[in-house]
Amino acid sequence: MSVLDIKALDVRFANTDGEVAAVSSLSLSVEKGECLGIVGESGSGKSQTFLAAMGLLAPNGRTSGEVMFGDTNLLTADEKTLNDLRGDKLAMIFQDPMTSLTPHMKIGRQLTEVLVRHRGLSATFARDRAIAMLRRVQIPEPERRFNMYPFELSGGLRQRVMIAMALLCGPELIIADEPTTALDVTVQAQILDLIRKAKEELETAVILITHDLGVVAGLADRVGVMYAGRLVELGDVRQIFKAPRHPYTKGLLACTPRLDDATGGTMPTIPGQPPNLQNLPAGCAYHPRCPFIMDRCRVERPPLRPTPTGSLSACFLEGSPS
Amino acid sequence: MWSYFARRVAIGIPTLWAVITVCFFLMRLTPGGPFDAEAPVPQEVLNNLRARYHLDDPLWQQYVDYLVNLLRGDFGPSFKYHDFSITTLIAQGLPVSLENGFCALILAIVIGVPLGIAAALAQNTRRDYVISATAMTGIVIPNFIMGQVLILIFGVWLKNSIFHLPAGGWNDGAFANRILPVFCLALPYVAYLVRITRGSMIEAVRANYIRTARAKGLPFRLVVLRHALKSALIPVVTFLGPATAFILTGSMVVETIFQIPGIGRYFVQGALNRDYTLVMAVTILGAALIIAMNLAVDLIYIWLDPRVRYDQQ
Repeated sequence: MSVLDIKALDVRFANTDGEVAAVSSLSLSVEKGECLGIVGESGSGKSQTFLAAMGLLAPNGRTSGEVMFGDTNLLTADEKTLNDLRGDKLAMIFQDPMTSLTPHMKIGRQLTEVLVRHRGLSATFARDRAIAMLRRVQIPEPERRFNMYPFELSGGLRQRVMIAMALLCGPELIIADEPTTALDVTVQAQILDLIRKAKEELETAVILITHDLGVVAGLADRVGVMYAGRLVELGDVRQIFKAPRHPYTKGLLACTPRLDDATGGTMPTIPGQPPNLQNLPAGCAYHPRCPFIMDRCRVERPPLRPTPTGSLSACFLEGSPS
Repeated sequence: MWSYFARRVAIGIPTLWAVITVCFFLMRLTPGGPFDAEAPVPQEVLNNLRARYHLDDPLWQQYVDYLVNLLRGDFGPSFKYHDFSITTLIAQGLPVSLENGFCALILAIVIGVPLGIAAALAQNTRRDYVISATAMTGIVIPNFIMGQVLILIFGVWLKNSIFHLPAGGWNDGAFANRILPVFCLALPYVAYLVRITRGSMIEAVRANYIRTARAKGLPFRLVVLRHALKSALIPVVTFLGPATAFILTGSMVVETIFQIPGIGRYFVQGALNRDYTLVMAVTILGAALIIAMNLAVDLIYIWLDPRVRYDQQ
C-alpha cells in the first residue's frame, strides 16, 4: 500500500495579476520504504506540491485534487488533524538549515517540543530521547550541543539537527526539500547517507526534492521529473538515467557536467528560458525549448503515457496510445 | 555580560555631561533672561537679582558652580517660582508624571501589542482592516483634540450616568481623576504599538523557521507565541525605549488639559521663562531617562535574540 497517494493535484496562487498555476493535475504515489526523487528547475512546482501536501502553502495558495496519507486526505483535513500528523507520521526537512531553526531557542527545546507535542513525554524523557537522536545523526558531543543555540552550529550540524527533528517520532514519510543544496559537497554526502540510513532502518518512505541529478542518482529508487508544474517523466531511477524518454529529461542529463568530458568545450545548456507560469505556452509547456518539436506540440498537451522502458513520459514522441 | 553593562553605564556619564554642557551654554546664548519682564525693572533691582542668583559671575564660574552643585544633588533655585528649589518642584511633579506615564505605558502595551498580533495574523481580512484603520485614526488625532473629546463624552454628556468621570483636576490622585488623562496619554502609543507589532509580526511569521515549527505539528497559537513573538518584539522594544522616556516625563498637553500637577508643563514654561535651572533640570532628567532606556532596550535585545550577546564580546 502506498504511503502517500497524490491524485490530480492542482496548486494555484492568487495574486494581483490573476492566478498562477504552480502545480497542474499531478498524480504520483510513494510506497513504504521507497525513496522517490523529484527533479526540476526552480519554479517547476516541486516544492509547492509537497508544501501543499503538508498544509504549509502560503495563505494565497489554493488546492484541488486529493493527497491521501493513509485514510486522510491532507488537502481537506482540518488543522487539528494535520497537526497530529505533522512532526509525527509526516516529517519535513527544509532546504536552508541556516534559517530553518528558530534563532532564539536552544536546539534542545526545539527537539523536545516535538516529543512533548506528539508523545506527551516529560521534559527528562524527551531530553534523553532527543540526545540519543542527536547521537544517532552523528552529532559530536550531543549533550553539549543540546544546550546550544542554532547560530553556534555549522550548517552541516544544523541540517543534522533538522534530520534528528524529523526522525524523532519515527515518521512514515519524510519529505526532504533540497536537504543538501546549502551545504558543502563533503557534508552533502554525509547528510544523504543519514537519510539513506533512516530510510533503510526505519523503512521510512522518503521524497527527495532536488535540482541535483547526482543526489537523485545516489539515493532515489524512482524519480519524477517536473516541468512547469507538471510531471513530464516518472520511472525507475536507473532506467531514466540510462535511457531518458522525455526531451526535457534528456536535456537535463546532457547538462550534467562530467569530469571525463573529452571535448573540453562549453557546457551544454537547454536553450531558451524556463517557462513563465503566469503565461504558459499552449500545448506542451516545453515546446519552445524542445529540439524534437512537432506541430501538434504547439496546440495539444501530451498526457503521461507508458514507454517501452516501463517509465511514464508526457511526450508525443511516445506515439499514439493504442 | 556584566562588564558590558558596566561599560555602557560608564559611557552614559560623559554623554550626560555633554548634554548638560551644551544645554547650559545654549541657554545662555539665547536672547533674554529670567528677569526680562514686560514691565521694565529698575536697574538697581535687576543688579540685585543678578547678584542674588550669581548671574554676574563669569560664565565659566557659573558653569563650574552648577556642575559642583549638581554633583551634590542640588539643581539650584528656580528663577521664576520664587522660594522653590528645583529639587522641590521636581520632587512634587515627577512622581505624578511617572505614575501616570507608567500606567499609560502598561495600558498601551497590554492593548497595543495583542491587537497588533491579532491584526497581523488576520492580515488583509476585515479584522485586520478594522484594527489598522482604528490605529491610524489614533495616530492622526492629536491628543489635545482627543483630550477634549474624552472630556466632552465622559465629563459632560455622561454627567448623570455611572460612566461620569471628572473633566479635570487631580484630587490628590483619586482613581477617577486618573482614568481620562492616562487613557489620553496611552492612546497614541496604543496606535503606534499596533502598527509596529502588526508589521513586525507579519515579517516574523514569514520566516523559514516558522514553517519548520508548523511542520512539527505545533498548534498555530503556540508557533506564534513560542517561535515568532520574540523576533517580532525587537522593533517594538526599539520603539518603546525612547517612547518610555517621553511618556514618563509627562506630556505638557495632557497635563495642561486635565490640570495635572506633573512636570510636563515645566518643559515649556521653563523655556519660555528662561528659567535656566528648571530647563537644565528637566533636560538632565529627560536625557538620563533616555540613556537608561536605551541601555534597558539593549539588555532586552539580549534576551530576545541570543546572537546579540556574542556580538558584544
